[in-house]
Formats: sequence, C-alpha cells, structure tokens
Amino acid sequence: MSVSIHIPTPLRPYTDGQTTVEVSGDTVGDALGQLTASHPDLARHLRDDSGKLRSFVNVYLGDEDIRFLDAEDTLVDNGDELTIVPSIAGGSR
Amino acid sequence: MSLRIDRMALKSLHEHAKEGYPHEVVGILAGSRDTGHVQQIKALFNEREDSPANRYKVSGLTLMRAEQALESSGMQIVGYYHSHPDHPAQYSDYDRDHALPNMSYVITAVQNGDIVETLSWRLQEDRSCMTAQTIQIED
Repeated sequence: MSVSIHIPTPLRPYTDGQTTVEVSGDTVGDALGQLTASHPDLARHLRDDSGKLRSFVNVYLGDEDIRFLDAEDTLVDNGDELTIVPSIAGGSR
Repeated sequence: MSLRIDRMALKSLHEHAKEGYPHEVVGILAGSRDTGHVQQIKALFNEREDSPANRYKVSGLTLMRAEQALESSGMQIVGYYHSHPDHPAQYSDYDRDHALPNMSYVITAVQNGDIVETLSWRLQEDRSCMTAQTIQIED
C-alpha cells in the first residue's frame, strides 16, 4: 500500500525539507518504520528508547487518532494519509 | 543563532505569565524561523488542570489549529513559551523529554507574581540536554 505521511515543521529538517513523504506498508507501524528507515535521524524524536512512540507524538490516519484505532497495528489502504501531529508539554518539576 | 524578540511581544509574554500565576501558562512564539525573530505571541490554554502549577500541555489538534491560523497570517512558528511559577527558568527533565527539535523554548520564571528571569532553550540533537540561547530584545 502506498501511503503519504505529513511531516510537521520541526521534523522537516530530517526529511530534507519535505512536507510529505511517500512510503509503503500494510499498517501504520510499517509506514512509520519505512519513514524512519529512509530518514533515520527522525527516529529518536518519534520513539523513546523502548521503541514506543513518544507521548507527544500523535499520529492521525485521516481524521482519526490511531490511539482510538488499532494504534500502530491499524491497517492502511492505498492512498491513505497519515499526519504526525505533535502536542507540547512540559513543566517545572 | 540567538533568539530575537520584539519588546512588545516579550511584554505580552510576561503579562500572560503574571496573569496565570501561580499556574503555568503556555503559548506560541511566532515570527520568522529563518532569522529566529519573534514578532508576536499566541497565548494557549493549559490543559493540565490536574497539576497546573508545575505542568502544561496543549493537545496536538489544538496546537495545529493555532499554528495554522498564525501561518495563514504570514507568521512562522519559532517556538513555544511557558512559565515556571516560583521556580527558576531552567528547563526540567520533563521539559527536555517533551521538547521538539529545531524549536526555541522560552521559559519565564515568576516569583510571587513577579517576573524574575526569562531564558530560551533549544533541544540538543541527541536529546541529552537543552542548550541556552541568547535572547536579544528588539525595539
């Protein structure tokens, strides 16, 4: 399946400035895996040391947050669009 | 590259931090990414109602909509700001863990309701720490 992944502004330096990257895969996890395989410097900002997506990294399939689907096991179709949507968080202590 | 910020934008940021005290406030720094010049701020709602004195959060869709509105008016997103009520303007491990690369993070310390220090930080590429960035105030 051919899938487009929309890249947010702060992560575009790792995709040579591309706003959208075309990948292939059967699941969201496959697609993200191919994205980081072709743009390896992205990986540390998307995933923590255990390989899980960081808490501030939200991934949408169309308008749906994949957390409310089957997370990274969510199946994708040809032409689907994934969007990486960061949230912001922090605090003093 | 240092962070340049218009005096009026910094004043607005400080007013927001004082108004929100003793809770943390959060917002967007908007202007030119190419020159690191902040021309205006956009205050956002801190969604961490369970622990607003030492935490902030803005969900992805809310942030995306706010950023798209700024971008449609010709602004670029330079970074984000938040306050540390009764705490130094140093970044915390929690700040670092949640930081995005290639963005400036301005932290303003508010002590007993008064601004005492404002610092800017950028995440190191390996995510091991954040480094201080000089702030230049522009008139």
